[in-house]
Amino acid sequence: MKNSKTIDAKGMHYTPLNKEIRAAVKDGVTEIILNNINGQRFIGNGLRGEDVTIIVNGVPGGDLCMFMSGPTCIVHANAEHAPGNTLDRGKIFIHGTAGDAVAHSMRGGEVYVRDSIGYRGGIHMKEYKDKCPVLVVGEYTRAFLGEYMAGGILIVLGRGKDQPPVDERGVGTGIHGGELYIRGEVPDHLLGIGAEKKPFTEADREKIRPYIEKYCREFGVDEPELYIDEYVHIGPSSARPFAEKYCWE
Amino acid sequence: MPIGSVPPKYKVEIDRDLCMLCERCIENCPYGTFRREGNKILIFSRACTGCHRCIAMCPRDAISLQEKPIDYRSHPVWSREAREAIYNQAQTGKIVLTGMGNALNVPQIFDRLLLDACQVTNPSIDPLREPMELRTYIGKKPRKLTIDKTPEGDIDLVTKLAPNLKCGTPIMIAHMSYGAISLNAQLSLARGAAEEKTFMGTGEGGLHQSLYPYQDNMIVQIASGRFGVDIDYLERGAAIEIKIGQGAKPGIGGHLPGEKVDEGVSKTRMIPPHSDAISPAPHHDIYSIEDLSQLVRSLKEATEWKKPVFVKIAAVHNVAAIAAGIARSSADAVVIDGFRGGTGTAPRVFRDHVGIPIEAAIAAVDAKLNEQGIRNEVSVIASGGIRDSADVTKAIALGADSVYIGTAALVSLGCRVCGSCYRGLCPWGIATQREDLTARIDPDIMYKNVSNLIHGWTLEISELMGAAGINSIESLRGNRDRLRGYMLDENILSVLDVKTVGADV
Repeated sequence: MKNSKTIDAKGMHYTPLNKEIRAAVKDGVTEIILNNINGQRFIGNGLRGEDVTIIVNGVPGGDLCMFMSGPTCIVHANAEHAPGNTLDRGKIFIHGTAGDAVAHSMRGGEVYVRDSIGYRGGIHMKEYKDKCPVLVVGEYTRAFLGEYMAGGILIVLGRGKDQPPVDERGVGTGIHGGELYIRGEVPDHLLGIGAEKKPFTEADREKIRPYIEKYCREFGVDEPELYIDEYVHIGPSSARPFAEKYCWE
Repeated sequence: MPIGSVPPKYKVEIDRDLCMLCERCIENCPYGTFRREGNKILIFSRACTGCHRCIAMCPRDAISLQEKPIDYRSHPVWSREAREAIYNQAQTGKIVLTGMGNALNVPQIFDRLLLDACQVTNPSIDPLREPMELRTYIGKKPRKLTIDKTPEGDIDLVTKLAPNLKCGTPIMIAHMSYGAISLNAQLSLARGAAEEKTFMGTGEGGLHQSLYPYQDNMIVQIASGRFGVDIDYLERGAAIEIKIGQGAKPGIGGHLPGEKVDEGVSKTRMIPPHSDAISPAPHHDIYSIEDLSQLVRSLKEATEWKKPVFVKIAAVHNVAAIAAGIARSSADAVVIDGFRGGTGTAPRVFRDHVGIPIEAAIAAVDAKLNEQGIRNEVSVIASGGIRDSADVTKAIALGADSVYIGTAALVSLGCRVCGSCYRGLCPWGIATQREDLTARIDPDIMYKNVSNLIHGWTLEISELMGAAGINSIESLRGNRDRLRGYMLDENILSVLDVKTVGADV
């Protein structure tokens, strides 16, 4: 049975808000509904909890769920700068758009953005053993997508109307691990140094399918073409993109 | 195009009358300088890095070492280093990497600052018979205190104090990551720091499990690669340090090459074994001073405002204004790393040419913070080329609260500053992950070297303070009147806000 608690965050500073969230989790609350959120930063920062869901009604401020380890956060609005920053475990669903540096340095967990995101999406995501971060973007992204990626999966579904999935430069610059899957065209000149296109295989399709399914389920999307269409698969040309720049004294 | 080999840097010789063929030199040199043939140890001098391990371990003092046995034709402009960098780059076309700190023969401002002592008119203090206060609190200090008197006549503090680090001495150990140095080296440093009631930094390499017993004396670092960073790591540290830049290589990131990422390093950094650990030049969630403030607050929020957060920057031209920005970001301390700061690896051109000396940076930052009335908002921690207790005392008199020592702490473990850290074969077991080499440091023994060093310096600082008639570190801090400049020009004296030797009080 769901043990639910509603917090009215109108005019509330983020510190007391997070205190209430932590206290609720400690009391065994499994569903925390935050109403009247209006720009509070750091919601759910460093929060632990396995079966906890936070529902954000309103626009959260920057660094949403940074360092979070376990809970699920659902935002019924757009999100600001860097949701899922250095996320460890857990899921974030954003019913709208998100700002720059989404899922920055994320090391595990999943972030789903229904619409578009800003610059530097998924920058420096990394994986280790069973922790493989996943970022799914519904429409399109701005420049510097997946730069310095060291691991994880970054999927852009390209659902934007009359809008390519990405039409700015610096895609995957310095990538040395992980994969990008982008539905639609990605001209070669947008790829950064160290990134290269790879074949999109059936294994790749199977790999990304569960995340597309989760996206569709959460956002109520029924578009079979998301499973059938070709994706541009981009990965590292080398695990050591910078090795060729240096020599020893 | 082949241009032949450059002359060997060192010439190693063995006195055959003294040598007893024990082969300790062969065992100790990982570079392959020595080998035995029949009844003779043969020497390949070109492999030598000048690390002195063989000399330290030879039971007969039979080994001698000569630096630059064949030098180039002398020339005041074209130094050996300048010429050899050209030969290197002419053949590779790449950026030259080196280890340790600035290797240019630049003047040390510390050496041209002289400390004061009491004579006749104001009596000096003997630390043996008077208490000397060296305890240092790192963190925000309240602008004013509000107190309440209880009906019983007790005084209650109403002002809420920000968390501070309580250090037994103004000396802390700088951030050197597991990966850059060995776990045994880290363990020795951590235990040595804990023994002296001070702190050491983890560097950007995570916190290995075996360091957990010392976590109350560890400052955990969060840098642009975010390696090993999760909520557990942040909660374990006594304080958190955001690393923006480093004195040895201001403005650029860092790469730990895949070959140094073994199982242990991989686990602690939370990256796959043998993959490069790339820390980008900027934090990509910090593109402005407002973004920095957001990260500071984010870290505080994640750890429930229980821990001080430091921000480390390299001492660059605009250091004072940047430090003032940091002081307004909710950070509790600013760490300034001068251009003589050490490193495992940095491009030579950065190590030697980018940034400014720590002495000038401390004075400029202290002056700017005072001028803006926010000196109490942050502690100032200075680092980068601190060699002895005199440097510490002078840094504090110039305005620092505390110092970080990096290279000096490694030297206490045997490091000979050979500058070959990047080779990953450190014969002293410090800058290496090779098991037979790291085993050369037994943390249960070597921690004592570290604590001895800090203890000795602390004793010297209290003697220097006592001689100057000062019994509390607070009265030394920023007390430039107890410094005099010797052979420093007027401009630098004015930046340091120090009078020349011989000037009237």
